[in-house]
Amino acid sequence: MWDYSEKVQEHFFNPKNAGAVADANAIGEVGSISCGDALRLTLRVNEETETIEDAGFQTFGCGSAIASSSVLTEIIKGLTLDEALKVTNQDIANELDGLPPEKMHCSVMGREALQAAVANYRGEEWKDDHEEGALICKCFAIDAVMIEEMVVANNLRTVEDVTNFTKAGGGCAACHEDIEGILTKVLAERGEKFDPNAAPIEVAASAKEKMPMTNLQRIKKIEEVLDKLRPQLMADGGNVELVEVIGNTAYVNMTGACSGCQMAAMTIGGIQQRLMEELGEFIKVVPASQMPKAAAAGA
Amino acid sequence: MNAIYLDNNATTRVDPLVVEAMLPYFTEQFGNPSSIHRFADGVAKGIKQARHQVQELIGCEHDSEIIFTSCGTESDSTAILSAIKAQPDRKEIITTTVEHPAILSLCEYLEKEGYTIHRMPVDKIGRLDLDAYKSLLSDRVAIVSVMWANNETGTLFPVVEMAEMAHAAGVMFHTDAVQAVGKIPMMLKDTKIDMLSLSGHKLHAPKGIGVLYLRRGTRFRPLLRGGHQERGRRAGTENSAAIVGLGKACELALANIEHENTVVKAMRDRLERSIVELIPNCFITGDVENRLPNTTDIAFEYIEGEAILMLLNKAGIAASSGSACTSGSLEPSHVMRAMDIPYTAAHGTIRFSFSRYNTMEEVDEVLKVMPDIAANLRKLSPYWDGNGPVANPEQAFQPTYA
Repeated sequence: MWDYSEKVQEHFFNPKNAGAVADANAIGEVGSISCGDALRLTLRVNEETETIEDAGFQTFGCGSAIASSSVLTEIIKGLTLDEALKVTNQDIANELDGLPPEKMHCSVMGREALQAAVANYRGEEWKDDHEEGALICKCFAIDAVMIEEMVVANNLRTVEDVTNFTKAGGGCAACHEDIEGILTKVLAERGEKFDPNAAPIEVAASAKEKMPMTNLQRIKKIEEVLDKLRPQLMADGGNVELVEVIGNTAYVNMTGACSGCQMAAMTIGGIQQRLMEELGEFIKVVPASQMPKAAAAGA
Repeated sequence: MNAIYLDNNATTRVDPLVVEAMLPYFTEQFGNPSSIHRFADGVAKGIKQARHQVQELIGCEHDSEIIFTSCGTESDSTAILSAIKAQPDRKEIITTTVEHPAILSLCEYLEKEGYTIHRMPVDKIGRLDLDAYKSLLSDRVAIVSVMWANNETGTLFPVVEMAEMAHAAGVMFHTDAVQAVGKIPMMLKDTKIDMLSLSGHKLHAPKGIGVLYLRRGTRFRPLLRGGHQERGRRAGTENSAAIVGLGKACELALANIEHENTVVKAMRDRLERSIVELIPNCFITGDVENRLPNTTDIAFEYIEGEAILMLLNKAGIAASSGSACTSGSLEPSHVMRAMDIPYTAAHGTIRFSFSRYNTMEEVDEVLKVMPDIAANLRKLSPYWDGNGPVANPEQAFQPTYA
């Protein structure tokens, strides 16, 4: 059985706001094909203030899907629609004290239901913008579709490339056979053969071509995002410090309770995810201890 | 109320008599059976007796047809890889869509290596089409591997008949019988089955011990080469305590086989009959007329298996589910998909599997809590409204799928 947190169990065994809201004026219906889970979120929105007065959920799904739905309704009640749209799937997972990597998509489903409901209220059509595949890298929760897209988009050739671009395979390395399988398939489609000894792509060089941002802009932007994340880290007694940015790699120091924490790698993964979302480009976050020697001397 | 264990197709508790038989092999008789001294002289005898006990249970002609392995998966891999190594010109394998991953993953791998895999489909209650099977048999086929009993539904395949057909076509036949051995009577010497896998922990022996039955005269290539153990067919120092335990477990299984098909079956029958009566919108999956006596797999529509299991677990009841969420994979059970069970039901399948340790009182306990569990989860379900599914559930709720 999954190692669910107390919070997940609490929300599963005693779900809040189960059922449809009476006279709802915003309805979001989404499903995650990967789990066969589906969720209907109903909201009553005050038309004057655009505040969510009531929220209810109906979920066909597993323990963490029900818990994610329940906690989502708790988070968004009382928020304005614009505030609610800022809720990320990570916020949902955090509120549950974390979810197993295989179950993160349950929190994604919650966020999507919310977006769909707001779109419904505003008379817009909501379209899902991502597809989920089989989970390949369990350390960083990266699925097959994501890896395949990155391999195609960036002409990746080796497992190391895939790790550099997606983080997949950067942890325990048990998924390297699966990543090789994806590479073999995609390379065959463009008439190439997978060569385990091929030289990896120079990450910085390939990233430079499609980066309209200057390095200074990028550093400023990264600082901005880190500032936004700071309160969350500080709530857990930790902090993060930006040490250097080289190309698209950000070197950071995890300080306070975050330093040496077992979860540091996960936290760094979360920061990277957020940076990529906000900067709209590939960013790799690496502990400053792994900075190349020459750069460290200059920093 | 003690915890109720109804997940015996996953694994079983080790019988106390089995533990008792094993203990001396950790302490006094710890020697290597190949050694010639007092610490080892009983070990070879213990193993010999165990081989005989296994032979009695599966009804094979010679005890030398028993090869001890580390598990069912090893036996499966050994059988298939042996067949293709021994017959390098045969590049096809016949199996089914509902096999255990021990077979399916290996076949998937071999497919990448250039083998042609014929995965026979099943109908809505999990049955094979034997005419289609017959048309696949040819001298291009290295081996047929078909499970005796399905681990999820308990559905039995006609392996005795299928082995005859393979034999007539000159094709080797292997069956993964880990769920069948000890639950239904078998007499291998009267069949044309060439190889059979069994696993100790499914019949009250410990984990980490299995058997490959290899009919005398069947061409064979070992998976593990090394010492002379198991007549050179499976090298590696014998797991002597586990082998002795498996022997004892086989003796007990043989003594209990009638009990399994009467008393255990009665518990299973009462549970599934009552659940279907008490709870709306649920049905039994698989070939109900042709099943293991201990297994029932029930699909609860419009609710999800992991959620059911968590609530059962809270009530002290252990079972398992074919839902995707319990495995971390993308899809609900491949067995349910193969039988074309709709998603809204496949995700809500719960397997209850009994053993001789269960009681009718435990069945009553499950019946006390199960209706409420289903009802409470349905209250949360977008497909459910009040006392029944919403009208046209598949149309009424059409989420945007990611």
